Amino acid sequence: MSKLGNLGARLHRGEISYDFIGHRKLWYGISILITITAILGLAVRGLNMGIDFQGGAVFTTEKTSVSVSQAEDYAKEASGHDAVVQKLGNGTLRIQIAGMDTKQSDEIKNDLAKDFKVDPETIAADLVGPSWGDQIANKAWQGLAIFMVLVVIYLAIAFEWRMAIAALVALIHDITITVGIYALVGFEVTPGTVIGLLTILGYSLYDTVVVFDSLKEQTKDITKQNRWTYSDIANRSINSTLVRSINTTVVALLPVAGLLFIGGGFLGAGTLNDISLSLFVGLAAGAYSSIFIATPLVADLKEREPAMKALRKRVLAKRAQASVEEETADARPVSDEPDDDATPAVVGPRTQPASRGRGRGRPSGKRR
Amino acid sequence: MAAPKRGRSASAQSKPGRTLALILIAIVALTGGMFLSGHTTPRLGIDLAGGTSITLEAKADQGSAINKANMDTAVDIMNRRVNGLGVSEAEVQTQGDRNIIVNIPKGTNSKEARDQVGTTAKLYFRPVLAQEATGSAAATSPSPSASGSSTASPSPSASKSGSTGEKATSSSSPSASATSQGRAVTDALKVDSTPSASASASSSASPSAPATGGTDTSSSEAKLQAQYAALDCSKKAQRTTAGEGAKPADTTLGCGEISGVWYKYLLGPAAVDGTEVKKAQAVFDTQTAAGWQVTMTFNGKGSKKFADITAQLAKNTQPQNEFGIVLDGEVVSSPYVSSSITGGNAQISGSFTQDEAQNLANMLSYGALPLSFQEQSVTTVTAALGGDQLHAGLLAGAIGLLLVVIYLVAYYRGLSLVAMASLLVSGILTYVLMALLGPAIGFALNLPAVCGAIVAIGITADSFIVYFERIRDEIREGRSLRPAVERAWPRARRTILVSDFVSFLAAAVLFTVTVGKVQGFAFTLGLTTVLDVVVVFFFTKPLMTLLARRKFFASGSKWSGLDPKSLGAKPPLRRTRRSGPVETKEA
Repeated sequence: MSKLGNLGARLHRGEISYDFIGHRKLWYGISILITITAILGLAVRGLNMGIDFQGGAVFTTEKTSVSVSQAEDYAKEASGHDAVVQKLGNGTLRIQIAGMDTKQSDEIKNDLAKDFKVDPETIAADLVGPSWGDQIANKAWQGLAIFMVLVVIYLAIAFEWRMAIAALVALIHDITITVGIYALVGFEVTPGTVIGLLTILGYSLYDTVVVFDSLKEQTKDITKQNRWTYSDIANRSINSTLVRSINTTVVALLPVAGLLFIGGGFLGAGTLNDISLSLFVGLAAGAYSSIFIATPLVADLKEREPAMKALRKRVLAKRAQASVEEETADARPVSDEPDDDATPAVVGPRTQPASRGRGRGRPSGKRR
Repeated sequence: MAAPKRGRSASAQSKPGRTLALILIAIVALTGGMFLSGHTTPRLGIDLAGGTSITLEAKADQGSAINKANMDTAVDIMNRRVNGLGVSEAEVQTQGDRNIIVNIPKGTNSKEARDQVGTTAKLYFRPVLAQEATGSAAATSPSPSASGSSTASPSPSASKSGSTGEKATSSSSPSASATSQGRAVTDALKVDSTPSASASASSSASPSAPATGGTDTSSSEAKLQAQYAALDCSKKAQRTTAGEGAKPADTTLGCGEISGVWYKYLLGPAAVDGTEVKKAQAVFDTQTAAGWQVTMTFNGKGSKKFADITAQLAKNTQPQNEFGIVLDGEVVSSPYVSSSITGGNAQISGSFTQDEAQNLANMLSYGALPLSFQEQSVTTVTAALGGDQLHAGLLAGAIGLLLVVIYLVAYYRGLSLVAMASLLVSGILTYVLMALLGPAIGFALNLPAVCGAIVAIGITADSFIVYFERIRDEIREGRSLRPAVERAWPRARRTILVSDFVSFLAAAVLFTVTVGKVQGFAFTLGLTTVLDVVVVFFFTKPLMTLLARRKFFASGSKWSGLDPKSLGAKPPLRRTRRSGPVETKEA
């Protein structure tokens, strides 16, 4: 762990720095590849929609000695439909029957109770009409749309529109990946999954916003200097928040992992498992996208601005000049201060805002 | 932005103890309130406590009928109905624009309740053309064809031949009709019955219309007769299909139970629609000692129609002076009419028990709904399964929390104490608020809400991580702890606020837009996000300020998590390369 702390220190000092922005074409490529795979998976395999979306019933029995295949026969007999039966961790059976009407369910439940020789009251039933899932899905899409609009407005006000766009792209990216994984692996989609997916919205942006916040802070007076391009500073923002991003993601994933394994191991299936699975996938995608997609995208968009273009030109010119000087004079790169850190050429040392340290009356000599 | 914030943080720095005391008092007060109110545990949702949850979706006959007023009426009526039936603590609430959720806790007859709310209520008043007990008295001859044309009931010959057949059966159970539900409709206002003459005159005209069409419809009439003859209402399967698909204008069949005996009915076209009942209630008649009665008030259109039909029925003999109150094909009551009733008020009397009267009144009211409902989902959770899930959820939460704590301890050492204390405070506040919100706004902790709370551990912990990382950055700059804690705060604060806002926005949108399980989750997420801000501002920050004064932390002990050396701080005040990108000479 202290290694990570060490990493933090070195990142902070700029000893190490990962060039996220520089390799952005690679990340874009990877993401586009993943996205295409996800869309293909979605198109070819489709989503495994749960009972809630097609109408049907899920019965959960108490601990029982009836075997799975027996239960399948019983359920088929009682309902006239094929049934999917799972044995759960605690000895109970979960029986899914698709394509049923809520009206038939009581009789089926009673039949099953008779077959299993248990009291109907001990069988839990989850009955869903066919249009209920549509409504949930519609509401979810509606919520998604409203949230996206609001968040774009908010980010455009709190930050700027480029960041809003980039955050939105990252968000869509996360959702696509999550949905794609669901399609490819064939996990069942339930309202729980929808909940998880919708939560990713908040989480994905949460992470992105933290990086953007740092980026905004560091680029406040960017045009007043000509050492760093916007991309350089964006890269530094990612690096300086990297430890936090890792920590946050780990800390967020730990409870969700607990939920996933307890939900899966203890109860086998159900809401807990559904929510945590989509959260797990989505959180991982969200952490990835805020670093590899959102911020590079902001940099890309930003670099198109005339002011940033001009800055880039100045910086490059200066660097070219510096390298020439270095070659000729075998001197250290142009720097107004002694540079005792092995700072890579591109990356700035630390996350200092312009205003800090000023006017504190320290006799540092170089201060104004 | 630095100036005002620095000012604020300075004041916070000066009185961290006061802020801490404030929030601790608040916690004590809330906890005390919780114990005083007696709601020491959060109310559990159906999926955790066991019970039945029914989601109904409104289906409008006319497009505009689904509006807030109608939905509220529906909730009101369902509530009365479910709770009136001895199902205690059932809750009925709207969700979204067109859904109603009915939650029925364990231990009550969920099937009965489901029947009560789930059945689509279509209430009609139909004149009774023929009636007989079924099952035991199956031997009775089918009513003669004459009664077929008696769709227009006032035809005297028809009613005579019809009634002779029925007389036997209806007289065979006179006690039943007397003791059972409403057998007499009387004019509540005791209006003089003289207008009945004119009323009957006009009303006799209207039923004559179907009579003239007798030849055209004879085949369908005959079919209906055959069906009526074959109908055995004591069999459930036949009962449910008896009146199925009948349009209001059709002559139809129906079944009704009176004192445990099933009767079958041949019913004329609907005379009054259930939506034309303005109000119905069960009242205890103290004046005439007639016992429980059901009073009905009709709206304008309904009053007129009711006057017409009663005027017409009053002239007939049993059972054709009865009208069937038909709720979804089932005859819930078939009172006879003794005189024409005008004025829009009527009462049904008989030997009702209070429950029976209440039930009938509810049905009459319920039938007045302009909406019909369709079951969207029914979830029955046994208490055992719910308990299992609750345990699993809590276990998952505990394990998740443990993992987070282990990680924090390993990474932040002594600093993790602050994080853990903050998580604890956050946890207490969440729990207490959940417990208090149960009775206050009907919040019920369901499984998705538990998930939301577990997920929130991550969000809450993130705030500390943001702040701690900022502090460590400051220490790396070579600052000692006290200024580091203060200088890190304004920037960490902004980050926390901005990201929590996004989180809250997501929760708020989810809460308003979505339905069902998603809502509970969104609510918890929103609640914990708000609490996160409260805790970080009023607990974590002042605590940090206080701790920064303690030697253990301030000296940068190895175990404090703030050891400058292991953080890789520069030697203090070697202020070289302090330039950010913006502090170059060229600027």
